[in-house]
Amino acid sequence: MTARRLDHVLLAAGLLALWQVVHWAVGPDVVSSPWATIVRAWQLIGTAAFWGHAAATATAFGLASLIAIAAGVALGLWLGLRRFAGDVADPVLGTLYSVPKITLYPLILLAFGLGVSAKIAFGVIHGLFPIAIFTMNAIRNVAPVFRRTALVMRLGPLATAATIMAPAALPEILAGIRIGVALTLLGTLIGELFAATSGLGFALIRAMDVHAVADILAITMLIFMFAASVNAILGLIERRARHGG
Amino acid sequence: MSKAGVVRTILVLAVVAALELLCRLGVIDRVTMVPPSRMIVSLAEILAHGRFNADIAFTLGNVVAAAGLAIVAGFFIGAGLHALPRLRRALVPLLSAYYAVPTFVFYPLLIVAFGVGRTALIVMGAMFGVVAMIVNTALGLDHVPSAVARTGAVLRLDAVRRLLLIRLPAAAPHLVTGVKLAVAYAVIGIVAGEFILATAGIGKRIAYAYDNFDNATMYGLLLLLLIGVMIVNGALSAWEKRLHRRFGQR
Amino acid sequence: MAASRNAQISLRGVTKVFPGHDGHPDVHALGPIDLDIARGAFVSVVGPSGCGKSTLLDVLAGLSVATSGGLAFEGEAVAGRVPDGIGVVFQQDASFFWLSVRDNVAFGLRRRRMGAAEIDRRVDAALAFMGLADFAKAFPAQLSGGMRQRVCIARTLVLEPKVLLLDEPFGALDQQTRLLMGDELLRIWRETGATVVLITHALDEAAMLSDQVAVMSARPGRFIDIVTTDWPRERDSTIVSDPRFGAITARLWDKLRGESLRAMGVAAPQPDRQ
Repeated sequence: MTARRLDHVLLAAGLLALWQVVHWAVGPDVVSSPWATIVRAWQLIGTAAFWGHAAATATAFGLASLIAIAAGVALGLWLGLRRFAGDVADPVLGTLYSVPKITLYPLILLAFGLGVSAKIAFGVIHGLFPIAIFTMNAIRNVAPVFRRTALVMRLGPLATAATIMAPAALPEILAGIRIGVALTLLGTLIGELFAATSGLGFALIRAMDVHAVADILAITMLIFMFAASVNAILGLIERRARHGG
Repeated sequence: MSKAGVVRTILVLAVVAALELLCRLGVIDRVTMVPPSRMIVSLAEILAHGRFNADIAFTLGNVVAAAGLAIVAGFFIGAGLHALPRLRRALVPLLSAYYAVPTFVFYPLLIVAFGVGRTALIVMGAMFGVVAMIVNTALGLDHVPSAVARTGAVLRLDAVRRLLLIRLPAAAPHLVTGVKLAVAYAVIGIVAGEFILATAGIGKRIAYAYDNFDNATMYGLLLLLLIGVMIVNGALSAWEKRLHRRFGQR
Repeated sequence: MAASRNAQISLRGVTKVFPGHDGHPDVHALGPIDLDIARGAFVSVVGPSGCGKSTLLDVLAGLSVATSGGLAFEGEAVAGRVPDGIGVVFQQDASFFWLSVRDNVAFGLRRRRMGAAEIDRRVDAALAFMGLADFAKAFPAQLSGGMRQRVCIARTLVLEPKVLLLDEPFGALDQQTRLLMGDELLRIWRETGATVVLITHALDEAAMLSDQVAVMSARPGRFIDIVTTDWPRERDSTIVSDPRFGAITARLWDKLRGESLRAMGVAAPQPDRQ
């Protein structure tokens, strides 16, 4: 086993141990034991109800991600390539990113009603801004020497953008997408907490209402595993785009 | 103001004016949103009459406590992780996935642990922001040039002094980024918690107004929250930018 | 504008002024500059920091438009566009990190719509020429700084430029590697027959490599001397043992010392009078 793998295993074991200790300290009404949680998660995975919720969340999350990525990258590209537009928009984007999205929840609920579109809207507003910001900065931060190389090779603006600027900026754009997608998942789940009749967020609210501690932790653990996997995959893609650079 | 600043101001004013127009014309109905002018009036009333002063103080106290907790805990954990690179490397996937999970779901559990009251809220707010502080502390310490750190050793300073007198100030730009994020997340965590728990605070007042279709009050409070966050965030961002400029690109 | 008959590149009265922003004064970076570069010559430009050497290179390459005066390349005026036949090696690493060494070198040729077999042939030749054949599949991130510069040089050479402009290309390298790269550059110059213009801050490098060394003053940069070395075409770094090498370097420093101090903001000390 490689050292890396061993470290991950050790870490997992350490965290489980910590979890167990916390469980002993505060009792099963606050934190269920790791074993109880895993058992409950296993049971949930066997039910059709769980997969119904998971599918609802996945659909909304998938759509929200696609919208956030498409709109975010397009916006970021435009602002990155047009210097002045970027200068105008930079502080605005930064402010919109740092505004607590909770201030927009009432507005979205009122505008979209309760249902899938509200969920997707929640997801998009969380992911759009970091993706746009990262993309814009990725383009602006492309080393000037690359642009000059394109000029010396007498490449037209389209060829420059496609063959030099795009691959040079790609790693940073992918980093932004990775972060944006994680936040989009958060947004979708929060949307389900407030505005849905299905989905894992909704399942969490139900579990919170009846104080089913093991359920809360089991669902959260499954969501976390999903998020970590998505993050790992996107991280792998990003690393490949860097080619070690 | 720079040319970009002028254009920006004009654009923002144009958007607000468009919203005002759409609201007044009824294109955006009153149930969804009230005109910006009405929001401002409502905000002024709230501040003038002071009927929510106790709630504002409550929320503010919570945010300060949560942010403080997140910053201090995050700094020491981050410094610890920086000193233990193997542990840090192993934790990276977890830290990256942290912000995809709605940690709000632990609210009921925290209430059982700490009782109904401020403690649960503050712990929640701190939990939300601590990881941002951890990551930025470790990153900031990464960026301390080794020559600077080793100067501390050459000057024969002990480890604590090296950390506090040399490495901490050298990591300042990233630490301030962490502080900024911890504060932002504390606000989100606290207000969202007050939404859900509805005992006191601005979050509770917003939820109450929402449930009672009192849009004017609700938007007034949201505007208060927005402006408050923009001022604090703006100040921290300016500090952050100044530090990055002074320290140069690295 | 009267251009010298033999000159491949001709500069007449060239100046470059950068307009000031937000109340700052204009920056007179360069000029006026007059320069003739003969076809196939190896010319170096030396000068103190900030004197405008890099600005001069930008103007020569067509990357920057002169504020006044004119530039002619092979008898035709140049303004605002990079003429065909110019190759530039920059100070910073310009290797494309997302492409292998082979794809980096092939990049310019692919844009030119050439047959794949022809491209491969030329790329193989360029890789062999620069000693990169064993690294064709590697990526720049896996290579040292010197190797990456060689990739950039190969990428430029494969396009068969008539003029090769180099802006402090060996700046990031250690002294020994610099000397070896200097020998490389001389080999490239001899075997391709290109005209070479080298911007460098290293006087010994300029002295040992060039047919002519143009010395620039502090900003705004003007030429205060042009030293002809009369070296034989077949030369390499061992030329340092030639007695004239010391004299040439001494002459360069003699001109440059005062300018360097001026660039640093210090008045040049008067020579001792006994």
